[in-house]
Amino acid sequence: MTLSFYVHIPYCIKRCGYCDFNTYTPAELQDGATLEIVSNDYIDAVLEELNAAPIEEVPTIFFGGGTPSLLPATDLGRVISAIRKRNGLTKDCEITLEANPDSVTGEKLASYLENGFNRISFGMQSAKPHVLATLDRTHNPENVARAVDLARAAGFQSISVDLIYGTPSESLDDWRESVEAALSLDIDHISAYALIVETGTKLAAQIKRGEFEMPDDDLMADMYLLVDQLCEAKGFSWYELSNWSKSGHECRHNIAYWENKNWWGLGPGAHSHIEGKRFWNVKHPSAYKEKVFSKVSPIQESEILSPEQMARESIMLGIRMREGLQISLLEPHQLEILGTYRENGYIQLHEDRVLLTPVGRLIADRIVREITF
Amino acid sequence: MPAISLAKAPQPAATNPAQIRNFCIIAHIDHGKSTLADRMLGITEVVEARNMRAQYLDRMDIERERGITIKSQAVRLPWRSGIDGQEYILNMIDTPGHVDFTYEVSRSLAACEGAVLLVDCAQGIEAQTLANLYLAMENNLTIIPVLNKIDLPNAQPEKFAAELAKLIGCQPEDCLRVSGKTGDGVAELLDQIIAQIPAPTGDANAPARALIFDSVYDAYRGVVTYVRVIDGHLSPREQIQMFSTGVRHEALEVGVISPEPVASKGLGVGEVGYLITGVKDVRQSRVGDTITTYNNPTKTALAGYKDPKPMVFSGLFPLDGADFPVLREALDKLQLNDAALVYEPESSAALGFGFRCGFLGLLHMEIVRERLEREHKLNLISTAPNVVYNVVMDDGKQIRVTNPSEFPDGKVATVFEPIVKSTILAPSEFIGTIMELCQERRGIMLGMDYISEDRVEIRYDLPLAEIVFDFFDQLKSRTKGYASLDYEEKGEAEGNLVKVDILLQAEAVDAFSAIVHRDKAYAYGVMMTGKLRELIPRQQFEVPIQAAIGSRIIARESIRAIRKDVLAKCYGGDISRKRKLLEKQKEGKKRMKMVGRVEVPQEAFVAALATDADIEKVKAARKAGQ
Repeated sequence: MTLSFYVHIPYCIKRCGYCDFNTYTPAELQDGATLEIVSNDYIDAVLEELNAAPIEEVPTIFFGGGTPSLLPATDLGRVISAIRKRNGLTKDCEITLEANPDSVTGEKLASYLENGFNRISFGMQSAKPHVLATLDRTHNPENVARAVDLARAAGFQSISVDLIYGTPSESLDDWRESVEAALSLDIDHISAYALIVETGTKLAAQIKRGEFEMPDDDLMADMYLLVDQLCEAKGFSWYELSNWSKSGHECRHNIAYWENKNWWGLGPGAHSHIEGKRFWNVKHPSAYKEKVFSKVSPIQESEILSPEQMARESIMLGIRMREGLQISLLEPHQLEILGTYRENGYIQLHEDRVLLTPVGRLIADRIVREITF
Repeated sequence: MPAISLAKAPQPAATNPAQIRNFCIIAHIDHGKSTLADRMLGITEVVEARNMRAQYLDRMDIERERGITIKSQAVRLPWRSGIDGQEYILNMIDTPGHVDFTYEVSRSLAACEGAVLLVDCAQGIEAQTLANLYLAMENNLTIIPVLNKIDLPNAQPEKFAAELAKLIGCQPEDCLRVSGKTGDGVAELLDQIIAQIPAPTGDANAPARALIFDSVYDAYRGVVTYVRVIDGHLSPREQIQMFSTGVRHEALEVGVISPEPVASKGLGVGEVGYLITGVKDVRQSRVGDTITTYNNPTKTALAGYKDPKPMVFSGLFPLDGADFPVLREALDKLQLNDAALVYEPESSAALGFGFRCGFLGLLHMEIVRERLEREHKLNLISTAPNVVYNVVMDDGKQIRVTNPSEFPDGKVATVFEPIVKSTILAPSEFIGTIMELCQERRGIMLGMDYISEDRVEIRYDLPLAEIVFDFFDQLKSRTKGYASLDYEEKGEAEGNLVKVDILLQAEAVDAFSAIVHRDKAYAYGVMMTGKLRELIPRQQFEVPIQAAIGSRIIARESIRAIRKDVLAKCYGGDISRKRKLLEKQKEGKKRMKMVGRVEVPQEAFVAALATDADIEKVKAARKAGQ
């Protein structure tokens, strides 16, 4: 068995308008505090929590957030070292850093590499300033190209960018420009996520007030088909619903999620999955630290999946992948339902597997709902 | 005060008809009938002041809340005339005040010799009151015109006295002026009832004949039948017989209402009271029927008996399918007290199991539904009401259609629809508007009269289907609420009617079929297909929605296939959240009905078929369930 690690860094300098992730600005955590103050013992807490994890060899580590690149590389390196020392890393262990393209320098990037990182993912979101403004992002789109080049020069073997589509006011042409801009970079991997307007976000409030219109599903569908087409044309193969990569550059950490592998999430609000048991930590960094430092488990809730739930989940997760679902694992009534979808061009059969077509990927949840649950 | 204590007053079964006056009060809702009745109970002292409560005679909650009287009741009031000083017995027979209950009103009127025409002197007479007034005049009742609410600052007694005088052919100064609220003029009114209304006449020695003018189910006592004795005598322990059915019962108890039931030694000529036989179902004791005695039966029934005939049909379905047995039981129970209510099980592809119910009219329908929901805690969806059609096929076969989905597909020769004679009263400034509305609704004008210098009575024949649709709402909104409407059945007429089917993916959906005038079929089709396009979610394939008359498509829309239904990201491996979301969405899907291959949410059926109130209710239920 192996065990992947997700390390959550719950800090941002500013919260973006669309974001509902478990992240906090220093001021939200403590009046007038700086990042250094609020995060000073954070790594200690993470290392403390690490003691509870099973001791299995580690094939992937992913630092997400928040903005992990806000913390000094050496701090993040302490976590990598501790995991290496305690669990051991596989020879080709993938260690990813989510980074803000604005704040990287050649020096910093070199330091990340020294501390063990070998994969970096930049939050690009869009190449269009007006789209970034709607998303409430602060970065300058030109910084992305600079950051990618610096990362490559520093020696990162695998570089990814994240894009968001369906932002209010974003046209199909805007999106095409963003995708083409991303594909013109020296990258190996692209994630393209449809914008989800989450309740409670600034963006949701703006839409409610009528400042923006809700993203349109048909337009988003066109955008998805476009990014798929442009990526494939440039040699980036689709391998998971929202991810395309050059051969051998698939994000193995993400694949571990979809393949229902074991992983441990370190940090507040982080989710874990170990052998059919899912659990997640308390959300607030202060509550998390308090528990961990007083040797109390930070787990807020857990659930043990029934065999039925596990079966459903493997369909829900597996169908998103390039390899699709194995036909022999499906029940006759499920195949019957899938028959209609096949007639309508949403799925295809390839050897012994059911695969989603590009239009089918767009209604993956619907298909999953019908054949499971 | 000229009240007489009950003990000293003339007793039931021993009261000379010459001392009896039977009267009713004809009034519109909210013109103050119940308040006046309360006042009469008070000054005759049949209800002690400390026991008095507002709207004393209105028994059901719904009646009290909505200020309307559904069931009539009769109260025996002893009174010493302030004019001649003699003792009298006044029987006040309450009448229902709504268009749906014209037949019941007519039976109440038939039990009286006179009527108090009560009009709010701030509002003037309303159409329903006028209709009932005409009914009373046809029955040769003595009419005593009374202006109520003279205490109101905006009262216009002179204006409305002139109006009443014109209508009934008296002098304006003949109109009495009372205030039910303060009691002003009520004693004088009682005196005038004695002075003007004739005493009942009848043959005490003839075989008994008593008119049933109301019949009420009581959970403890069974059916309580209200009667007016015309000839002869009714006594307790006697075998009585229903003329229409020949069924025999024992009169377990005979009595009068004063205003609580008091058993008596019997009821004589001209008297009004109740009898209890132990039957459990009002249909065995029908309004308008004649009661006679088994040992000495009459040979001639009293005139005017009719079977109640449902005019409006609607499907009632429980929101929660599991409540179907509760609904059945509730209807069974309600029917014990409502001879006009008919129902039979119905199953709809869309709404599941329910009942097709027949009602006297829209108010009757609303009351039944409200009672089902209130007294039996049911959550109901009712389908759009429709009338009864008589369809004659080319081969001469006749089919009675109470549900549009039963409209025959074959060669239809003629369709007959019910027609009503309607009376609209309104300020004259709205004549044009009203005529326009009636014309739109296929009305045929019968006549128009000014009832005062600025108010008119307009008479139209209208298809009942048009009234059932939304005529009354339209009339009210187009006349700023000033117009009032009354209608009565007037047989059938041939109509250029067609059934419009709504097809999803080329399959007709029974619940959406409607019978409409050919000229309005297109508008209905466009409206319904448009509505459904908004209500039905996108499916994995394109769904055409069509409206058709037979095989001819008259309107079409289409629901485009769904393009996107996926959450792209899993936040930090939060698979549980995603799974739960799918589970929840799946729950929502269970409320979908499969119509052919198309999933239609129950909301769509409700929104397309039912009233706004239903839609709100479904929304609230969804919200509570989330």
